[in-house]
Amino acid sequence: MNSLFVQDLSVSYQRKPVLWNINLKVPTGKLVGILGPNGAGKSTLIKAIMGLIPIQSGQILILEKPLSQVRQQISYVPQRESVDWDFPASVFDVVLMGRYGKLGLLQRPRTSDKEIALDAIRLVGLENYKDRQISQLSGGQQQRVFLARALAQKADIYFMDEPFAGVDIATEQAIIAILRRMRDDGKTIFVVHHDLQTAPNYFDWLILLNMHLVASGATHSTFTSKNLEETYGSKLTILSKIGELRDKSEFPARES
Amino acid sequence: MENFWKFVLLSEFHVRYVVIGCTLISIGTSIVGVFVSLRKRALLGDVVSHAVLPGICLAFLWKEEKNPIWLGIGAFISGWLAIVCTDMIRRYSKLKEDASLAIVLSIFFGAGIMLLTMIQQSDNASQAGLDSFLFGKAASITSDDVKIFGGIALLIIITITLLYKHFQILCFDEMFAKAIGLPVKKMELLLSTLAVLAVVSGIQSVGVVLISGMLIIPYAAARFWTNRLSVLLLIAALIGSLSSIGGVYVSYTISRMPTGPWIIVIAFFFAFISFIFGTNKGKIVKLLQNWQYQRKILDENILKTFYQICEKSGGNISFCSVETILSKRAYSPLKLHNALQRLWKQGYIKPEKKCWKLTPEGYEKGKRIVKLHRLWEVYLMEHLKLNPEHVHNDAELIEHIITPELEKELEEKLRYPQYDPHQSPIPY
Repeated sequence: MNSLFVQDLSVSYQRKPVLWNINLKVPTGKLVGILGPNGAGKSTLIKAIMGLIPIQSGQILILEKPLSQVRQQISYVPQRESVDWDFPASVFDVVLMGRYGKLGLLQRPRTSDKEIALDAIRLVGLENYKDRQISQLSGGQQQRVFLARALAQKADIYFMDEPFAGVDIATEQAIIAILRRMRDDGKTIFVVHHDLQTAPNYFDWLILLNMHLVASGATHSTFTSKNLEETYGSKLTILSKIGELRDKSEFPARES
Repeated sequence: MENFWKFVLLSEFHVRYVVIGCTLISIGTSIVGVFVSLRKRALLGDVVSHAVLPGICLAFLWKEEKNPIWLGIGAFISGWLAIVCTDMIRRYSKLKEDASLAIVLSIFFGAGIMLLTMIQQSDNASQAGLDSFLFGKAASITSDDVKIFGGIALLIIITITLLYKHFQILCFDEMFAKAIGLPVKKMELLLSTLAVLAVVSGIQSVGVVLISGMLIIPYAAARFWTNRLSVLLLIAALIGSLSSIGGVYVSYTISRMPTGPWIIVIAFFFAFISFIFGTNKGKIVKLLQNWQYQRKILDENILKTFYQICEKSGGNISFCSVETILSKRAYSPLKLHNALQRLWKQGYIKPEKKCWKLTPEGYEKGKRIVKLHRLWEVYLMEHLKLNPEHVHNDAELIEHIITPELEKELEEKLRYPQYDPHQSPIPY
């Protein structure tokens, strides 16, 4: 079964095309790295898959079904900087939010939800911090809070946006160990990643992206110097300049 | 005084009515304000509160009476229109959010004042008192008003209580809310609508101009007391209701006093108190903390000096006189005396032969500070490539904040160096 199936996906921000014609197929039970240079559309890809931004064209299936039918089975971890950590909430409060998707409109979190949240906190090693206000945590700890919230969702597919950004090496190792254990339990995890050095070691499937899809496949066959050259070597500068020009001059998107 | 007791005991039927109504209204406004502020839309309340005025005036012109239902509906429609307008301006023009808010606020309020002036200059007898909507007048509240505006407030309170977890997640992490399938756009709209309703509910008691203060001030004050959202809501509601009861009291006992400004002044008083005394980042707490740090630095520096004297003598002498310390560090004698007494009480030093002697615990503590100081100097030199002459001052401060965990990490990272950049041995 495919965890993810993407066909002819194109995404634009305003008039600026970010992703061109992406075609992808990823089996379940993989730890997948999404790699590419800055502005390659890595975050855009998972946001489009999660339905967080409108897509221009294309089809996306998760576990061979459209998003609306499998929402309960997928989990999304946004970038750490995307929220204001000064929010009045404790570690436990945030992790408990992972259960909200399973609760009815007016339902309060049940005892079982609280237990699941506590388990998730224990799993990421934050049990001593569970009542801490989230702004008092280090960057690595905040990232682990987000991971715990995702774990509390008990999903089958996970999409994580830069979970290793601003995290120390020890935390990165701890997180990757948890992700591997999840993979061994049959979950599929997509991780937007920056560091080329660690990538072949961390992931067993790679998606190489630079506004278009360079390669997608098992790490040993995709992590080749030719593919990397194509992903990182030649930044598509003319393409992005054209995009910017269209955006700034408010050039029409199509002929009328 | 008699008035005061009469008021507090709610002995007059009408007063009881008004106080309960105003309390409900301010609770509603305060808790909506908490979420609006957490969503970083605090200015929205300001816009809406000014924008309801033309709606009130038009409703009056149309119905030619001060019927709270029609005035409320008019206010609601024009407040809501203002929100739609800011949204449209932001979306379809190059203007940023702050500019669009400012534009809508001034246009709507300008139109409102224009209409109000027109009404006041007309011969309509029932217009008397319409201007009390500007600054609020609790005394002119009728029981019908209380029923309607209090009802709106109750509706707000119930909605927020029921949808608490959704608003929490919307305000903290919109993307995640969207990802778990919450109708984010609709909730956003609902929150804006609640903000408009909150403003509408308060037009008679606080008045349109100042009601935005009741959205923001209780939140701002409560934020100095807690880091928990549920407690924050309770404190904000408490501050809101106390201010509004206070404002109503003043307006009742002193004739011709507007209610709104008094409510706001009292709320601000609470905010100021919270700013000073709040347990969560209040000024006093910060001062106390700073004072504690200063004391810790002083104590640790004295122990360090003891240790250094001991070290210099080759470990033979572990006691020294006050004069020796003063010759090494420039403390005022009184400050030093107090610190020594404190260290004695804590068991780090004890008096001996008119001198002070380090206890074994004091010796260990002094040794640790010296070790941290020298380790940090090595770290700065090796990892930041700093000149050895420049590392001492930084180490003087850092030695006091390094935690045991960081200490261990530092030792392992530097592989237990023997000497610091100034060739002093590092004691382990």
